[in-house]
Amino acid sequence: MEEHIVIIGNGISGVTTARHIRKLSDKKITIISAETDHFFSRTALMYIYMGHMKYEHTKPYENYFWDKNRIELKRAFVKSVDHANKQLQFADDTTMSYDKLVLAVGSKPNKFGWPGQDLEGVQGLYSYQDLEKLEKNAPNKDVCNRAVIVGGGLIGIEMAEMLRSRDIPVTFLVREKSFWNGVLPDGESGMINRHIQNHHIDLRLGTNLREIISDENGRARAIVIDETGEELPCNVVGLTAGVSPNIDFLRDSGIELGRGIKVNRMLETNIPDIYAVGDCAEQHEGINGRRPIEAVWYTGRMMGETLAQTLCGNPRQYNPGHWFNSAKFLDIEYQTYGWVFSKPREGETHFHWKHPDDTKCITVNTDAATGKFIGLNNFGIRMRHEVFDRWLTEERTTDYVIEHLAEANFDPEFFKHFEKDILNAYKSQAVTA
Amino acid sequence: MAIERNMSLTGQPPVSINTTQKIGVLIGMAGLFILVLATLGVDLGSAALWLTISLTAITAGVIIFAKGAYANKLPGIKNDGVWFKSMSSRGVLGWLAGIALTGFYVILYFYAGVLGLGQGVDGANTGLIALFDPLSYFLKGSAASEWFVYGTLYTIAILAFGVKFMWKYKHNRYEQLRTISVMFFQTAFAFVIPELMARLNSDTFSLPYNDLKLMWPLNYYAFDQWRVDQFINAQNIGLFFLILGILTIFVISPFLTYKYGKRWYCSWVCGCGGLAETAGDPYRHLSSKKMSAWKLERWMINAVLVFSVVMTTAVISTFLGYDSTKYWFTKNTFLLSAGVFLVVMFALVAYFKRDQLKSDAFKGAVIALIITLGAFVAMSFLRFHEIQINAAYFSFGLNTNTYGLDGAMRSFYGFGIGSIFSGVVGTGFYPILGNRVWCRMGCPMAGILGIQQRLFSKFRITTNGGQCISCGNCSTHCEMGIDVRSYAQKGENIVRSSCVGCGVCSAVCPRGVLKLENDSLEGRINPTDVLLGNDVDLMDYVNNKKIS
Repeated sequence: MEEHIVIIGNGISGVTTARHIRKLSDKKITIISAETDHFFSRTALMYIYMGHMKYEHTKPYENYFWDKNRIELKRAFVKSVDHANKQLQFADDTTMSYDKLVLAVGSKPNKFGWPGQDLEGVQGLYSYQDLEKLEKNAPNKDVCNRAVIVGGGLIGIEMAEMLRSRDIPVTFLVREKSFWNGVLPDGESGMINRHIQNHHIDLRLGTNLREIISDENGRARAIVIDETGEELPCNVVGLTAGVSPNIDFLRDSGIELGRGIKVNRMLETNIPDIYAVGDCAEQHEGINGRRPIEAVWYTGRMMGETLAQTLCGNPRQYNPGHWFNSAKFLDIEYQTYGWVFSKPREGETHFHWKHPDDTKCITVNTDAATGKFIGLNNFGIRMRHEVFDRWLTEERTTDYVIEHLAEANFDPEFFKHFEKDILNAYKSQAVTA
Repeated sequence: MAIERNMSLTGQPPVSINTTQKIGVLIGMAGLFILVLATLGVDLGSAALWLTISLTAITAGVIIFAKGAYANKLPGIKNDGVWFKSMSSRGVLGWLAGIALTGFYVILYFYAGVLGLGQGVDGANTGLIALFDPLSYFLKGSAASEWFVYGTLYTIAILAFGVKFMWKYKHNRYEQLRTISVMFFQTAFAFVIPELMARLNSDTFSLPYNDLKLMWPLNYYAFDQWRVDQFINAQNIGLFFLILGILTIFVISPFLTYKYGKRWYCSWVCGCGGLAETAGDPYRHLSSKKMSAWKLERWMINAVLVFSVVMTTAVISTFLGYDSTKYWFTKNTFLLSAGVFLVVMFALVAYFKRDQLKSDAFKGAVIALIITLGAFVAMSFLRFHEIQINAAYFSFGLNTNTYGLDGAMRSFYGFGIGSIFSGVVGTGFYPILGNRVWCRMGCPMAGILGIQQRLFSKFRITTNGGQCISCGNCSTHCEMGIDVRSYAQKGENIVRSSCVGCGVCSAVCPRGVLKLENDSLEGRINPTDVLLGNDVDLMDYVNNKKIS
């Protein structure tokens, strides 16, 4: 009998693990999900609400794919894990045995104990069920006269964009003095602030939520701003202050937990034959400057690829390469390669260039002593991953990178190029500095 | 699904249209209404005046609508609500538009009399076609035909909706330049120049209506005897156009496709493509992305291509056969050289591109070659025009004429492929099947260019390392039904014969993952199992060997 590998979670990490196990072996594979029957792209949920896509389009594989590749899908909620008997208990009290268990259970939206955070009309945006809730809570601007979004990160700005697509007035509460400036340098963060306002979003910087006020039916009817005590009427409150691993069902399982499921570089938990990948996995120490928990699409995929190798007799450590990521802030695309921090760390300098139209900019992080290129943030200009990955590996200098920037340009043909402007700005800065 | 049902019921943004858009609809519909009145035979008075009013209103209506939709918005992707709007999601409005368009094509192709063609005194036009007489006299000095009416409306559609498309993509110069290009080629090459050239015709000199960019096999009548004769009879200028036409097929087009991919034609020059990219743009997401649709596409488009080659060869070999003194070629030299050409091409591809030909593609190519060569052999031994076929057998008795076999094939192709497939289905079904059904499933030109693009071209869509998040915007908005995401999420470049290079996948990608480019043939097709971002060892390991 082939080994039975059970994967909890049908997101990118779990599905990648399953696909690669199938490529490498004939093991029996089961994927369990309480959320949806099939794998879909979580990152595309916003586009369903906005009418760019239907749910069907967010599925990367057609429904026949799973049968064809002998990957069994089970729709169920796992209540607990009994590792002594290698068994899962489902919410309906049925069970399933496994030989190896992969936890790919993802995250859930953070709630920080705000009064009223569990009222009707208060929600995060993470799961398919959250999308269904939003469709119910905010189908249009008559039902939802105003929405307040709490938390200035990537999901917050996506939610604002979604609601604006239906012309629903949005107030966006951001704790920081400038949007996402724990991550972005000031020049970039400021540009995004202005872009948010250009989209007619009521951006409130340096503003916290004190409480959410209920109406007589237990629905949110207003929020109170902590700093001013201002009461802001609204029908929907979006809680988008980050996510954390979805591990409550594992509290008494004996699996070592921190904020997430503790794993070593082999993605093994403390219990034999139980592994964790994706958003829910927490490394004992961050790898190469990465955070111990990486809630990023591609890291989930990479962990899945790595773990599949291990499970199929070719033990591999999870060893991500140079950091990269991307996002989109309304109309402005953002990519990052290598490390750029909101403030230069000791011994680092930032070079910042911004286009006069206020929708394109880059920030380059350099080691001041050696001139070595450490990282790049680019907004409104696309860059080639392969080229930056190579430059980082070759430990190029920033001088070299700026000089050769055109090689890395990934904008569509006929787009205006800004390498000369950037080079000139870089040179004049070098002279004055 | 609850989510989708709820949304379609709201008359709220993004489904609703604003005041400017309503004014645009009103003005445009008024312009169309004038055409309807003319069709119904209402006497409007001055045709020149009312035609001007009508065409101006239609154009202005579309442009005002576009202004309302895009002028006050920040530059960016404008797909809000395309799956909610009745018009663009196969709702009632979409079906009505589809039925109206289909009806128009049926009337145009088969019942031009309804439009007033030659219905008046002494064969003068009445109704809609008479409305276009002044413009036709102005351009080419003769009365309008149904094709002149169609050509005018077609050009207006590309121009007006082209402006709309450029407004929608105001942030994207690739889309804008491409649209200017199709607007130019439609207006100049397909409309104004051929009509003006018709002025040169006299009793002693005449050229066939010649849209220079419309090549064989999209132009399936390119080598009909009457056309070839007209070219030859028109002395040097005619010969020039005939030779230019042949050069375009065998030299210019393959060269441009090698350099830039088939997009140089399909989304920058072609009239069918031009309409699809402009008036058809709101329907691009309706194309099927299923694997089954792709399988159907591959059989269908190549079957049409084989049929068009066989049909054209039959037509040419027939007139070479019974009138051999007039042409350089005899029937059998022609058939032999065509056969040798195809066999040599096939052998070269089978040898030099053997790594890129999957077994099913190879099998399909062998079958196509055998059928084609078999038909050539039959042509050389039989006299096709002497095999009489009564059309009543396959036209439900509508047509009781008798044709030679070559003429029957030619008529069947003209009816089945030229009229029904490319017109009635291809354009009439935009709102149901998407805007590129014809280009994807039926166009033999796209078939040839596609084979060239897949095997001999520098063009590809490059995937940007590991940045893809599998969101699906690229696949959803691909008008050719290519599952772009299935490549992008694997870090593979997209090299597909059907890709027309419209650039919309790259435009709608929220993470900057896709780029259309022409680069070296080396590494153009790059199957990878593990994406950039993992440590280098693992990538080497997975890509080089598999665990048994």
